[in-house]
Order: sequence, then structure tokens, then C-alpha cells
Amino acid sequence: MIVKGRVWKFGDDINTDVIIPAKYLRSIDKSIWPKHVMEGIDPTFSSKVKPGDIIVAGKNFGCGSSREQAVLAIKWAGIAAVVAESFARIFFRNGINNGLLLIECKGIYNSVDEGDIIEIDLDKGIIKTKKGDLSFKPLPPILQEILNSGGLVEYYKKKVKKH
Amino acid sequence: MSTAIEKILSYSIGKNISAGDFVEVNIDFAYFHDGSGPLIIDVLKEMEVSNIFDKSKVAVIFDHSAPPYNDQSATLQSKVRKFVIEQKIEKFHDIGEGICHQVVPEKGYIAPGMIIAGADSHTCTLGAFGAIAIGMGATDMAYILATGKTWLKVPETIGVECNGKLKEGVTSKDLILEIVKIIGTDGANYKVLEFFGDTIKNMSISSRMTMTNMAIEMGAKTAFIEPDEKTIEFLGRNGKKFKSDSFTEVISIDSSSIDPKVACPNNVSNVKSVSEVEGIEVDQVFIGSCTNGRYEDIYEAARILKGKKARVKLIVVPASKSILIRMIKDGIIDILLEAGAVIGVPGCGPCLGVHMGVLGENEVCISTSNRNFIGRMGAKTSKVYLASPLTAAASAIEGKITDPRKYIK
Repeated sequence: MIVKGRVWKFGDDINTDVIIPAKYLRSIDKSIWPKHVMEGIDPTFSSKVKPGDIIVAGKNFGCGSSREQAVLAIKWAGIAAVVAESFARIFFRNGINNGLLLIECKGIYNSVDEGDIIEIDLDKGIIKTKKGDLSFKPLPPILQEILNSGGLVEYYKKKVKKH
Repeated sequence: MSTAIEKILSYSIGKNISAGDFVEVNIDFAYFHDGSGPLIIDVLKEMEVSNIFDKSKVAVIFDHSAPPYNDQSATLQSKVRKFVIEQKIEKFHDIGEGICHQVVPEKGYIAPGMIIAGADSHTCTLGAFGAIAIGMGATDMAYILATGKTWLKVPETIGVECNGKLKEGVTSKDLILEIVKIIGTDGANYKVLEFFGDTIKNMSISSRMTMTNMAIEMGAKTAFIEPDEKTIEFLGRNGKKFKSDSFTEVISIDSSSIDPKVACPNNVSNVKSVSEVEGIEVDQVFIGSCTNGRYEDIYEAARILKGKKARVKLIVVPASKSILIRMIKDGIIDILLEAGAVIGVPGCGPCLGVHMGVLGENEVCISTSNRNFIGRMGAKTSKVYLASPLTAAASAIEGKITDPRKYIK
């Protein structure tokens, strides 16, 4: 499978408070979350981002609060994948659990500029950038299985509930 | 040779496992709050789960919006309250009982050697009790409530050895801020931080909880402190004690060399000695949170504030109702009120920027909490400095960041 999209670039230590500020969390209307995605850094981001776009970030993406709304805001804004130097662990689990493609790829930050088109080849484990190809490690089997199921809810229905 | 974490997991699973293994484990205790609850309930519905795995192993605590600050937060709490009744969850603590990470150990719901999951990033706080306590998101928690299990990658453990006596006016908060500075915001990513050494041994449970609480700010999966008689006394129950006999690496700290520290905006690892930032004007002081809202913290702040007046907004929020009751009985509350403090309802208070002390444009707060991210406590242009309750109290008196040692006789 190939995921191709336009890059939006963010730095190191992007925390879940800036991905979705706490004032929007206690909302009955969940559709407001993608409207405020990344507001803590760029209040205009949600109006610029298009379905299929890719976020590229530095180290420790998604650190801080365990709020799963951070993943949902990104996913529902139509972001196809987040590629980062590294992820904070709770965000990483939340992402995979919701079927959001997260790729840890060393060297990605310095290989792309905002607006670039990159191509992620999931089968080969390669990201094509204008500065060349970067390889990334596949997910551990359990995570790959959850992601392939479309998230932990579907995984549960398929694997656990049936037995 | 293995770590306490590996031993607890091996014991629970019934076979020897080590760092790097992927395992499925039974969860001994799980809890969530009013912030994560509504999403968890939605996910359980999607999973078509009608009954949780074991109601006696689950607690629900309302701490994030206590009391609710608008109609939507109230409606969402009602939804969780209804769930608690339907599922017959008896370990339920409604608004005003306190912060989940404080209430769960105070009630003795946990014991050393347990594997605990909490739907909050600061669940690592409970590693102070010799247990494995892991923070998770809503979907992971829903899966645990459905099955009683979760998958884990067995983590490596970094040992943080702290020896020496903390100087007068220096607390475990200053020590942990120094450790965050050394390790960085992701230096412990996917790993466990185990604190040991005579400084830790001599610490109260309150001070130990301040240490373990901030492990997540270094990316850690959780923190761990070997349990002792103080642990058992606090919990009012015994458990299985495990001890590490190896670490991936050991970081050694001379606790006696630490000065009061302040984490400057907008990164928790941006730590400086108070002397480097003294004089920065503040608009608000917050003493509370799961990091520093315990009796010892508020008592020490009150010692500094006694007979003085705060020049700026001073908000004190005890971490639990039992702490508040003790403050009332011991007269701490009078000292604080006379100093001009506003006392909040036990809970998370203004830490997460939604109520009870939200910061306005360009306002500056010195806070005893754990995060100073952009906009964390309010407006995007507001700023948060993290410090000990002593530094926060001294700063309230002067209206600017102040070294607390000048107020300690």
C-alpha cells in the first residue's frame, strides 16, 4: 500500500495540549475537535489542511496528556499519516488503536520541507522524499494486527468477542 | 538479574519474561475520571460490551471538572454517573473527593506488586507504591474494562539513584525538576524510571509521589519506587514486594547539591535555578495538582505564608477531601485564607486550563503542577513556571518569582 500526500511540518515535543487545547475536550459535539486541530501552534491549520495530507514532526510527537481527542482531531481532519522522528508512547498506542497511521522514521525531519509531496510505501518500509529514500521499521506484529483491523475496537470484535 | 518491573510481570503471567517481550497481562486495578470517561463509554458501546470485566477492580473519580464548569461538562458527567450506576461500580468518587491519583491510594484500592491501568497520563504517580501503574487512552481503557487485559511491551528500567540530604527549602519537586533537566522530555521514552537511594528511602510518601508523578514528563511508561513500611502504612494493606537487581543504566544524583528549581515556559525540561529567574513578575500562584496538592505541600506553603499577604491571585487546591479536612482541623486553612488565598474544590483545579483559575492573555503563573506547555492553563500568550510549593508560596508574597529560602527561619 502506498500513501502519498502533502507535508505539514511541526517541530519537537508537540504535546497533546497544543494538538487540541483542553477547553474543547468537554464537548458533546465531537465534530469540533478537527476544527481546532493544532490550534495551540497554528490557529489557521484546520482551515488549510486537506484530506490526505501528512504531518511530519520531530521527536516525541504527542507527549503530555493521554487525551485521545488529540488522535481523533488529527484523524478526523483527514490527515493520512503522521511521520515523526519519535512518538510519545500513550499517543502512539492511541493512534494505532484508532487506526491512524503513525510511522517512526529517523531522519525524516531534515529530509522534507513543508508543502513537499512524500510517498510512504508501507510494504517496502520506505518513504520517498526529494532528498532520497528513507527506510522505517515495520510495526511489531500485535500493533500491525490492530492497525490492519482498523483499530482496537474492530480488533476486539474480530479476535476477542468471537471466542 | 532482572528489574522489579520484569519480576512483577513475570509473576503475574506465570513465566519469565524480560525487556522487549510483548505480553498480554491481567490488570489488577483500573481507574478513569470524568475527563476520559465519556469517550471510554462511547468506545465500550462501539465494542458492544454490556458488562465490565470486574466491577470490584474498577474505580471512577470525578476530578477534571469538579464541579462542572459549563452545561456540556455537566452533561458528560451525568453520562458517566449513569454508567457507574448501570455497571454497579461501588468505588465511585463524585466531585470534590479529589484527584484520582490521590484518592486511589488513599482508599487503599491498590497494593505493591499490582498491575494498574489508569486513563490518565499521570497514572505513573502510583509507581510510588511499588506497583506497575500505566497511563493509557480511552480505547485501551475500554478494552481493559471489556476483557480485564491489555498488551504491553516489557520496558527497560533506568535507575535514578538519589543520595544525600536535600537542603533546607529544597523539596522533592526541585529534585525531580533537576532530573527532568538531565533526562529531557523524551529521554525515558518507553522506559521505566526507578528512583532509589537514601534520599528516596527517607522521603515521605507524598514526596515520593511528586517524583513518580513527573516520570511522564520524561516520556516514561511509568515510574517505580521499591515499597517499604511507609508504603504499607499509607495504603493500610500489604502486597507483594519486588526489588530490582539490575538496570539498563543508572543516573546518579547528589541530592544535597540541588537548589530550588523552576521549569520555565514552555517546556518542562527548561529548568533553571530559582536564582536565574528571580524577580520575574507573576499574576497568579497555584498550589495544588497531582504533583503537589498533598497535605505536606500545603502545610509547607502555609508555613511560609503565615502572617503574610499574597500580592497576587493565590489559588490553593487540595488533592483530596481528606487533605482539605485535615487542613481545616489543623488551622492551615485559616493561615491560607488570612494570607489571601482562594481555596478550591479538591480536584485538578486550574492545572489543565478549563476552570478555577484560567490564565488570561499574557498572564504569568507560578504553579506547583507538572506542565507548562503553550496555553496549558489558559490563553495561548499566558506563561507557566513550574516550582515547588515553597517557591510558589514565597512568590505569592512578593508577586514575583522568589527564592523561598529567605522565608525559612
